[in-house]
Amino acid sequence: MLRSATTWLLVGQRFGIAAITLVIVSFAVFFATELLPGDVAEILLGQAATPEAVAGLRTAMGLDEPAIWRFLSWLAGLASGDLGMSYVNNVSIADMLSGRLANSLRLAGIVTLVCVPVALFLGIASAMWRGSVLDRLVSMLTISVISVPEFMVATLAVLIFAVWLGWLPALSYGVDVDSWGAMLRAYAMPVITLSFVVAAQMIRMTRAAVIETINTPYVEMALLKGASRTRMVLRHALPNALGPIANAVALSLSYLVGGVIIVETVFNYPGVAKLMVDAVSTRDLPLIQSCAMIFCFSYLLLITIADMIAILSNPRLRR
Amino acid sequence: MSMSLRLPTPARLGYSFNWVGRIGLAVILFWAVIAIIGPWITPYPTGEMVDFDYFGPVSQKFWMGTDYLGRDILSRVIMGARYTVGIALAAVTLACAGGVLLGMIAGVMGGWFDTLLSRLLDAFNGIPSLLFGLVVVAAVGSSIPVLILTLAAIYLPGAYRFARALAVNVNTMDFVTVARARGEGFAHLILREIFPNILGPVLADLGLRFVFIVLVLSGLSFLGLGVQPPNADWGALVRENIEGLSLGAPAVVFPSIAIASLTISVNMFIDNLPTRIRDRSA
Repeated sequence: MLRSATTWLLVGQRFGIAAITLVIVSFAVFFATELLPGDVAEILLGQAATPEAVAGLRTAMGLDEPAIWRFLSWLAGLASGDLGMSYVNNVSIADMLSGRLANSLRLAGIVTLVCVPVALFLGIASAMWRGSVLDRLVSMLTISVISVPEFMVATLAVLIFAVWLGWLPALSYGVDVDSWGAMLRAYAMPVITLSFVVAAQMIRMTRAAVIETINTPYVEMALLKGASRTRMVLRHALPNALGPIANAVALSLSYLVGGVIIVETVFNYPGVAKLMVDAVSTRDLPLIQSCAMIFCFSYLLLITIADMIAILSNPRLRR
Repeated sequence: MSMSLRLPTPARLGYSFNWVGRIGLAVILFWAVIAIIGPWITPYPTGEMVDFDYFGPVSQKFWMGTDYLGRDILSRVIMGARYTVGIALAAVTLACAGGVLLGMIAGVMGGWFDTLLSRLLDAFNGIPSLLFGLVVVAAVGSSIPVLILTLAAIYLPGAYRFARALAVNVNTMDFVTVARARGEGFAHLILREIFPNILGPVLADLGLRFVFIVLVLSGLSFLGLGVQPPNADWGALVRENIEGLSLGAPAVVFPSIAIASLTISVNMFIDNLPTRIRDRSA
């Protein structure tokens, strides 16, 4: 397939918008964590905050500089991988994050692998047999999962699998897993919970995308010519729904970002989100900034990818 | 089309709701009433330890059992309704009022104002909602006004985007052009021509946003960053009593049911609104 120059221009423009958005978001994060709370030096010193000590610490930390300058140097630090030091235990944030990030990404990766096939199958099937028992059952289940908070899905999973059935441990420690069985047991609960949350979104969006293509005249024509329902969906509708479906998959994966915050906390999973929630309770602002930027970056990345797929797969969006 | 500014109540417009929508509405009204009359109907003071045992079972004395300190869950759920429903309602009102007003102004004005505002608010949509809450609470601490403002700020961009799209559509219609030709002022255009014609979809959108806000608020409280003890909304009640899960205590079940009943019934109500209300301007 040939993509015209305008397509690439549009794609480049999307990337540009994403980059600008990232800068605005980072400014918002910086502003909220650095300027709103008041004097950081005073907070850090607490009881020992004599005027001299505060002034000394302010100079040492570079808090005397104008806010915009501090923002720019923070941004430059982020870009070059220098994330600064944690307020609480004076460890470099990059060191604290490295292992955690791998853990979170592994969790997200496993969830994606579990979710995508299941969600695509159920979404397409319920669009194919729209109004059937399967469709109504799936839609009821997905609506219920979407309308309750993530922690309730987690609580319910603990109640069923750990308390009633006793199959799995209620807590997970994703660190020392020596055998496949142990790993399976450690990851099972967070993965099950997150998969439910993400798959529910994905199924609904996939179903909507397929139904939208089924409602077009050419698919109706195929049906009128005597094509079976399966053939109508698989041969006529699905190839044209691939773009919207891929878009739906990328978009619903962005729900991982919110879900992972709750799930890692509930199951004590040593990931970035757990680190961030702990940092909020100790008010470790530099650590919060870095974690927040990681989440915003992945969220924006997924949304931009979804956008891109939509543009590349649908010529009408390129006008 | 020439609807004056009156509320589109079903009776006046001849709409009928199906039974799923009616059940949804009944549950919503139930919680609204509970939230209002809460302090007068709690069987026990919410902060008082009334049971010798913790995580007590459902009994004649304690209809929903007792919590981890031996406090009455029924009373705490009733008072929790005030926090959950109250905060979410205040936040969603602020978010939608602000979003719709800005959206209409941007939609009618167009030009650089529209572009600038749209880009800026789109950028804020690039922050995941729970994360936004986490960052603000980390920075300024958690109190009820902070929660309301934060939740409103999180959902304002979405309300803006929705209202702007509707306003742009209505703005091109003949009766608006006629009104403009008549020499009506900007305020008249927005309030008398545009607003009544986007009201239906905007109200439906408000309902959905209310659900999102309830979910994020519960999530924040569940993380211990929302409503602070000794007060508790439903999310905080789940958090407090999560330890009772393995003991099979009812303490964690009832607040969960309360959240689910509210969010699911709002969804049921909105999903089953007569399409003429939901998509009137389309």
